[in-house]
Amino acid sequence: MEAREDLLVVDRLKTQFFTYGGLVEALDEVSFEIKKGEIFGLVGESGCGKSVTATSILRLVAKPGKIISGRVLLDGQDLLEKNDHEMNSIRGSRIAMIFQDPTSSLNPVFRIGRQVGEPYVYHQHRGKRQALMDATRILAKTGFPDADEKARNYPHELSGGLRQRAMIAMALTCEPELLIADEPTTNLDVTIGRQILDLVKDLQREFGASVLWITHDMAVVAQMCDRVGVMYAGSIVEKTDVRTLFRNAKHPYTVRLLRAIPSAAKSAETLEEIPGSVPQLIHPPSGCRFHPRCDSAMDVCSQVKPLEIEVEPGHVVACHLFRGKGKVT
Amino acid sequence: MTTALFECRNLTKFFPIKSLFRETGRVHAVEDVSFTIPEGGTVGLVGESGCGKTTLARTILLLIEPTSGQILFRGEDMVSRSKRELRRFRRETAIVFQDPYSSLDPRMLIADVVGEPLVIHKVAFGEDRDDVVLSLLKRVGLEADHLYRYPHEFSGGQRQRLAIARALAGDPKFILLDEATSALDVSVQAKILNMLNGLKADLGLTYMFISHDLSVVRHLSDHIGVMYLGRMVEYGTRDQVFDTPTHPYTRGLLAAAPSLDPDDRDRPREVVLQGEVPSAVEPPSGCRFHPRCPVCKAQCDRERPELVDIGDGHLVACFPE
Amino acid sequence: MRIPGAALFSSRYRLLQKRLHPITKEWGLTFYVLRHSKLAVIGGFIALAFIIIALFGSLFAPYDPISANIQDRFQPPSASHPLGTDTMGRDVMSRMLAGAQHSIKAGLIVLAIAVPLGVLLGGIAGLFGGWVDEVIMRITDMFLAFPSLVLAMAFSAALGPSLFNAMIALSIVWWPMYARLVRGQALAVRETSYVEAARSRGASNFHIMFKHILPNCLSPILVTLTLDMGWVITAAASLSFLGFGAQPPIPEWGRMVSDGRIYMLRAWWMSVFPGLGIMFVVLGFNLLGDGIRDSLDPKLRRLTEVTWKREKTSSSSTD
Repeated sequence: MEAREDLLVVDRLKTQFFTYGGLVEALDEVSFEIKKGEIFGLVGESGCGKSVTATSILRLVAKPGKIISGRVLLDGQDLLEKNDHEMNSIRGSRIAMIFQDPTSSLNPVFRIGRQVGEPYVYHQHRGKRQALMDATRILAKTGFPDADEKARNYPHELSGGLRQRAMIAMALTCEPELLIADEPTTNLDVTIGRQILDLVKDLQREFGASVLWITHDMAVVAQMCDRVGVMYAGSIVEKTDVRTLFRNAKHPYTVRLLRAIPSAAKSAETLEEIPGSVPQLIHPPSGCRFHPRCDSAMDVCSQVKPLEIEVEPGHVVACHLFRGKGKVT
Repeated sequence: MTTALFECRNLTKFFPIKSLFRETGRVHAVEDVSFTIPEGGTVGLVGESGCGKTTLARTILLLIEPTSGQILFRGEDMVSRSKRELRRFRRETAIVFQDPYSSLDPRMLIADVVGEPLVIHKVAFGEDRDDVVLSLLKRVGLEADHLYRYPHEFSGGQRQRLAIARALAGDPKFILLDEATSALDVSVQAKILNMLNGLKADLGLTYMFISHDLSVVRHLSDHIGVMYLGRMVEYGTRDQVFDTPTHPYTRGLLAAAPSLDPDDRDRPREVVLQGEVPSAVEPPSGCRFHPRCPVCKAQCDRERPELVDIGDGHLVACFPE
Repeated sequence: MRIPGAALFSSRYRLLQKRLHPITKEWGLTFYVLRHSKLAVIGGFIALAFIIIALFGSLFAPYDPISANIQDRFQPPSASHPLGTDTMGRDVMSRMLAGAQHSIKAGLIVLAIAVPLGVLLGGIAGLFGGWVDEVIMRITDMFLAFPSLVLAMAFSAALGPSLFNAMIALSIVWWPMYARLVRGQALAVRETSYVEAARSRGASNFHIMFKHILPNCLSPILVTLTLDMGWVITAAASLSFLGFGAQPPIPEWGRMVSDGRIYMLRAWWMSVFPGLGIMFVVLGFNLLGDGIRDSLDPKLRRLTEVTWKREKTSSSSTD
């Protein structure tokens, strides 16, 4: 496989929320890279910090959150050092995002055609009429039947699947280099969701964009992503390509998570359980955040946060079990 | 041959759409559905939005009155019975909902929440009731000191356990699980599913499990019904439906669900379902699936296919080739 | 101790303790949030001061609030008469101290009639829905449309003007608000999963109403009640001001404002002080009511709970 360049490099990103109840350490030095033209999956259970990662990249972290340290390099330039004006011109044109609930992400008082055309007006300074025509064109590309007619509809007149397509159209208007998708199929029916997955894959290939796909569903990851990062309690515990992840996962959390999924292939009576529960991020466990639930935990696990170790080319694990078994990244 | 705990015959439910007291349309939520739930079994009901599974579930428990049809519980028709006659039925059936955050009264202590069925059926009061609740909590893996707390102090997974404990109060025979694990994380879901299986074996329960998640349904059920736009299109044992899906919709549904094997993405998929689910107010004529069906024939838009036994109790509603 | 039944008694007591504990904890949190809102504390003090004055005012009045003392009429505020005297030479402060009880009586009686009536009707309407709901709500609308003033006038014309009649008139127009409030809550609670779960196990309407709907209505009712206290007092004072409520020589504050109206240029203190008094009372109950609403708000409670727990553990660890 040819070596691809990195489009996005997230380097030790640390984001915290200063809430009334205490300091929430949402992201604890998260690092990963997304290469040009690849689909990178960020997978984890609720509260692991995947959505916060997305908003941190776009620097849209809601108060009382703040990015404390780290770098987010888009094509070599650190986004965390840009000012508001520069970020505004990046959001929607170089990096675009689609969300889980299209209903609340589309403005109910504007017609679809106009909303989808907004990035054309804002970023590319096209006229309103031109923008509407271009919006119709891109809606058709995302599989909108009768795009001319439907562009005149309001969001509530469309089904969930069509709304999601509209959002994807809006995201792709300025041919972004990176598309961030935050659980876009979670609220959709299986068959409609599959259409959206196929659509994104086709469009990604056509536009050559990279995709950061955020989900909690391992099956979606298996079918969509080229490389995957598994998140737990604010840290990435394992990073590798998708096939290796499913065949040869190394981190105890990943392994047990995969075994906890009921799937057609297994005929086991009991699903594997992970004892305990996801920790609070206000006073997270010391050292490795998974150690209270890990049956391979050693003394060092509660004291020192594990470094990321490359156990084989392209496969990184953050676990003390693999100390000395690969090079530290 | 096990006895049927529930038997539904030609169950139909539609909701009238009224405009100034005149009926201008109908939502055909459930149409002519018949199936049985054997005692001690688990029947899984799958389908996408608008298929009517939620309405069907509530109709079976008589929370909604069916428009027509029969619901036989232990052989007796429960439709149009008085509240008093239904008391035994209500004690023997229970329901667990999807959202653990709204299914427990936030103003009540856990002891009261879980013990509510006992109070309703006058089984136990006061201290005795609290003792029974304690044993129920232990059964679902919770502690004694949880008795006198409020629901908001518990996590989603724990609340679902509480909802299950409440369902178990009064020793029911049948529990309807309406997307009971859909709002839970994978690791929490695994625990709840294991627990449900264990409880079923220990207490001899019968389940009906509704879900959109095919892998969960497969894990839990021994029989599966597939619904589309108010009709049951396929029904059979778990293996029959998953290994030999026959109805085009079932095949499309199974093909659409992403698999856990990354290599599957390279294999061409045999069925790709296009289009949206039509509205239940003006459903397509004949076979409701015909506009999206890859093997639609001439008669499919005129005639309605009935459920036909294609062998060993595997029922499919589709015209043969 | 071998007293027969002691074991049963003590176990019952322990059970009661265990059940009461979380409830008292909840109330503890409520008070904690309340204590930490400056405005609510101020409002609480004002309301408390008013209640104390109402209860014991007459005892502290330095002068007789009723009998005339003509040579001292129209005295401006001074050391011997801090709030001045009125047209009959009566000490304004003493009159206010003695008159507070009437205002509070009005508030309590009106609410004691309006609240149970409104809650009951609203609850029935919300729970049963359908035509029951329609009928009750239309009746509520009718009463809501009644101008309280005109009603009070009609009452005085028919039965003679008095504070008691004014209170009846106010009760009649006050209950619809509670009916609407409770009906709205009942509709919301009726649709929840926990009520559906209770129904699926055979709960009767009675059970749903008293175990689920009403307990969930307590908070909004309490908040509205507190806020209303001030408003009822104002309404009663307004009616007395117009002559349809308290009659002289009763030193009801609204009446006092009215009596001093024509003397505004000559003896402003006769109207201004009772007027200010009414204003402060309303303000006090408003602030207290807002504070109570905030202290019962689940989100704020959850946020404050952490600080509260921390304070409790740190204070107990320093023991």
